[in-house]
Amino acid sequence: MNDFAQIPGYVSAKDEHGETTVVVDRAHVREACTYARDELGFAMLIDVVATDYLDWSAKGVSGYIGTATGRDLNMPMTQGLQASPDAKPSRFSVSYHLLALRQGAPRLRLQTWLEDGQPVDSVISVWPAADWFEREQYDLMGIRFDGHPNLARLLMEEDWEGHPLRKDYPIGGEPVRFSPEE
Amino acid sequence: MSATLSHVGRARRWPFVGEPVYEGSRIPPRVPTVLDVPAELTESDDILQVNFGPNHPSTHGVLRLIVDLDGETVVGISAVVGYLHTGFEKNMEQKTWWKGITYPERIDYVGYQNNELVFVLAIEKMLALEVPEKATWMRMLLCELNRIHSHLVYLGTSALELGAISMFWYCFRERETILDLFELVAGQRMHTRYFQAGGIAEDIPMGFYPEARKFVDRMPVALNDYLTLLDRNKIWLERTQGVGLLSADDAIALGQTGPVLRASGVDWDLRRDSPYLAYEQVDFRVPVYTGGDVYDRYRVRMDEMAESTQIVRQCLDKLERMEGEPWISDDRKVVLPPREELHTSMESLIHHFKIVTEGYRVPAGEVYVAVESPRGESGCYVVSDGGPRPWRVHFRAPSFAALQATATCSQGTLIADLIAIVGSLDAVMGDTDR
Repeated sequence: MNDFAQIPGYVSAKDEHGETTVVVDRAHVREACTYARDELGFAMLIDVVATDYLDWSAKGVSGYIGTATGRDLNMPMTQGLQASPDAKPSRFSVSYHLLALRQGAPRLRLQTWLEDGQPVDSVISVWPAADWFEREQYDLMGIRFDGHPNLARLLMEEDWEGHPLRKDYPIGGEPVRFSPEE
Repeated sequence: MSATLSHVGRARRWPFVGEPVYEGSRIPPRVPTVLDVPAELTESDDILQVNFGPNHPSTHGVLRLIVDLDGETVVGISAVVGYLHTGFEKNMEQKTWWKGITYPERIDYVGYQNNELVFVLAIEKMLALEVPEKATWMRMLLCELNRIHSHLVYLGTSALELGAISMFWYCFRERETILDLFELVAGQRMHTRYFQAGGIAEDIPMGFYPEARKFVDRMPVALNDYLTLLDRNKIWLERTQGVGLLSADDAIALGQTGPVLRASGVDWDLRRDSPYLAYEQVDFRVPVYTGGDVYDRYRVRMDEMAESTQIVRQCLDKLERMEGEPWISDDRKVVLPPREELHTSMESLIHHFKIVTEGYRVPAGEVYVAVESPRGESGCYVVSDGGPRPWRVHFRAPSFAALQATATCSQGTLIADLIAIVGSLDAVMGDTDR
């Protein structure tokens, strides 16, 4: 964990399911990625993924099976426990999954949090692989990546409206024209 | 770890956009996936822009390439994807966890077992579910069969595109045998949905082992046939050797994984370097070639088929001694109760009803699981809010990453070689577009 505290813009780190997540400040994403690549040896950007946490835990999830320490089938009370997941700091998270090509295949998830409309620095200059990864997240989730030289829609049509993977995007909400007028 | 790995794994310091990514790199400087026509050529009227696809027999689905040609030389290229985007990730958010297992198979419709596996492993990781040994070995066996199947499809279609039509029939002959094995196990030739969270859906049927043994004995002979047909075929060699070059550093910078990475000289395979299932208990070799061309990608896949056959053989040896062992976890909160219990046990009926209607609940959290699919690192990022449906599912598609290398690989090649290059990246468009 000590290594990770040196990452520029470091906010917090956690270890869950054997995976390390380091949360960094939105303004320092590019520096953090450069540091992870050059100093920590994470040579490869495996994936960029954004998640929309709109209304996260708002409904309250009941009947969630398990405790913080895990599930115990012989303990009836660990089933059907009322629990709400921890609140999230902002609406969107953007996670960068990094991989180091060395013994043990260490992985790191750099994560940053942002509100709707806030941009993140593009890391295309750190890893060229970020090109389509960022375009996909822009297209489907509406995250703007500043400094991306070609931030256009990738999977949806060029004139598509909205970002389908957002939680407030209606399902089956494709606009239908009922009259010939444009 | 080999010496190559420590060398290429070293982080490089790359400058920012607008300059060459680093000295000696072939990655286009402005946008890594778009090859721009050089300024001195844009002035001339000789540049012909050709639109390849999305409906073109040799683009393996609906890949569209916009190619700028100077004579027959490719001077500019950009790939357009998205024609097969079907919103799997959004769909999966609306389904319960166990219903979602059918989706990943259809994302990469050639490497379906591996994609199914990665999602199931993600669920199991969040649930901290123990999987019986028999299920683990059976999963491994099917994933390796699926790898052979996928490479056969690659080999058959790639050779077909370069004129070796008979290869297609030979490859599909063995592929048919594999599909028959899948049908024997799961009742489906493709998209088997045989993996469940906790194990496999049914016990291994009688008669599977002898049939699989027949295939394992047959496959080395078949591989020899392919080598005889292709490896001394002058046309094949001239069309593939030295074509579509990708250096090790470029491959790493572009996030390449799997056979494409290994053909560029990077000794990296998740099955060995980050073992899942029971891969640390089987013997296999990771083929690595250093040419980084279409030919070496073909060689990597050929060697992998031989290695996978050996893994299947070892799985069969192990599984044949596991007769009568459980094939799925006994966790009744996640796993459907045995069919016969529904007639006699009230609790089983309730569990069955709850799992089928409401679905099981997965503790809140986020995980990323990766497996070595036939095309490279297939990853699944899952967020759960503790409910019966995933909050967010995202697939790291190896084909998506592979197609990012199109521009780098096709610099300065001839238009005819473009077909060989795109084929050698072995992208499945379902996987790319999701």
